[in-house]
Amino acid sequence: MKQLTAATRARYFRRQLVDRIMGGLCIAAAGVGLILLALILWMLFSNGLGGLTLDVFTRPMSQPGSGGGLANAIVGSLLQVGVGAMIGAPLGMMVGVYLSEVGKGSRFASVVRFVNDILLSAPSVLIGLFVYQIAVLPFGGFSGIAGSIALALIAMPIVARTTEDILRLVPQAYRDGAIALGSRENEVVRKVVLPAAFGGILTGVLLAVARIAGETAPLLFTSLGNDVWSTDMTQPMASLPMAIVRYSNTPYPEWVSLAWTGAMLITVGVLVLNIASRFSYAAVAGKQGG
Amino acid sequence: MDAAMTTDTQQPTARPSRTMPMAAPAVTSTSAAAAPTRIRLEHINAFYGQKQALFDVNLDIPDNTVTAFIGASGCGKSTLLRCLNRMNDTIPGAHVDGAIRMDGTDINSPEIDPVQVRTRIGMVFQKPNPFPMSIYDNIAYGPRTHKLYGSKADLDELVERSLRRAALWDEVKDRLNKSGLGLSGGQQQRLVIARTLAVSPAVILMDEPCSALDPIATAHIEALIDQLREHTCIVIVTHSMAQAARVSQRTAFFHMGKLIESGSTDQIFTMPKLDQTQDYITGRFG
Repeated sequence: MKQLTAATRARYFRRQLVDRIMGGLCIAAAGVGLILLALILWMLFSNGLGGLTLDVFTRPMSQPGSGGGLANAIVGSLLQVGVGAMIGAPLGMMVGVYLSEVGKGSRFASVVRFVNDILLSAPSVLIGLFVYQIAVLPFGGFSGIAGSIALALIAMPIVARTTEDILRLVPQAYRDGAIALGSRENEVVRKVVLPAAFGGILTGVLLAVARIAGETAPLLFTSLGNDVWSTDMTQPMASLPMAIVRYSNTPYPEWVSLAWTGAMLITVGVLVLNIASRFSYAAVAGKQGG
Repeated sequence: MDAAMTTDTQQPTARPSRTMPMAAPAVTSTSAAAAPTRIRLEHINAFYGQKQALFDVNLDIPDNTVTAFIGASGCGKSTLLRCLNRMNDTIPGAHVDGAIRMDGTDINSPEIDPVQVRTRIGMVFQKPNPFPMSIYDNIAYGPRTHKLYGSKADLDELVERSLRRAALWDEVKDRLNKSGLGLSGGQQQRLVIARTLAVSPAVILMDEPCSALDPIATAHIEALIDQLREHTCIVIVTHSMAQAARVSQRTAFFHMGKLIESGSTDQIFTMPKLDQTQDYITGRFG
């Protein structure tokens, strides 16, 4: 350090200072996010844990004062999200495979990618209204299946996008190796590329499920919500988000408390899905890499 | 190196050149008593879009022989290698003119299904590329794709035989269900060779198979190449002149997309007919 000229030293200290400021800003930004998340969780748990009883899981919604639960909303959410994911995830995966493997640089693929990006950022209430037009009005009423279709339309572009991104990360060397062994295009995709990307695609699907589990707006005009126990997908169906909307705007303290509990359940569910997606990815990657 | 290889006779060098009349015909020496020709290249011109990568290449590749393609980067040697198993078909805008005759059939003809070609002509790449699956599944990939076995026992036997031929069996026999990605670079390259051997190709193409490996792993692969020659025809692209001299019996020298000179490796390395070849061999350019 002794040999450094004054100018060099000044430049060195300035660089060090800028480095520290930038690093500090990044840490501060991350801190803001973490603190907000912690506050949200704190608020949810402090308000929601009190209402968490066995009744929440075993009894359907009922009149204030008669000790109702959220069982119909929980089951309704599971059904609609499950069916929605079963429709949306395979479609999204196929779109992703088309974009990354089949269409690649084609003009049609870039159009599909563009449209998919629009769908990805479309307001979810618009999706709800669209499904209202095609699956509620023609069939004469709100239904659980209409809710599932709306959720599928939200999940599909997410899964398509993550599938394409993950497939692009699969080294070209795997494809070349499979082609050189005399594989046809569909065999390359089915036997080598998709298995190699399985962990990442599964993560994308789980994140899409987590996303649609909390959606409210698309259900507003499709499955509507239902105060009584029903597992009939052709009828209006309860869901946790709709139950929260309905209960939180009431003067009854037990209903408001149930709304908090419902919000907490969704959040915990999404959290568990996110953590599960991490583990599933690590597990698959661990199995493939020795 | 057998004695017959070194006694070269000069072939007529004037070959009709349809597509590139100005291209000088390559100087070619072939051995009178050499192994029978496995692949005959006739007037190969290769293009990537508008750019021509190969100019009227004519070459005979003998069976049970290691043929080395040498030349500076961008000389077209890898392009020619990829012509042989139609890998250029997978590159948008690439096309290859000319005939590639194998057992009398032009495998470059549009009527021939490239997938069929690739089951007969295997390829080993520069960087080892085992699939992210178990060692066993890597080897079984080709046989499963082409239904080359009857029972599970057949497949087990085929996997073992392939790994033995690639001199890898003893190192991996206790970990066949472990991932192929857990092996060292040299082991991975032998795994990939075993994977190729499992579909019993008549020809194996190797694109700088040792350039990502250390000297010990390279020695293993080179010894293996020499053994494999007994049953297959091998074409190897290499940047290492020493490697070409060690492993090959035939050498073809390329420059700027043209085949400059080909002949027995001994002759090319000790008394090349052209100064250009001499300059490259001795490191004066390239």
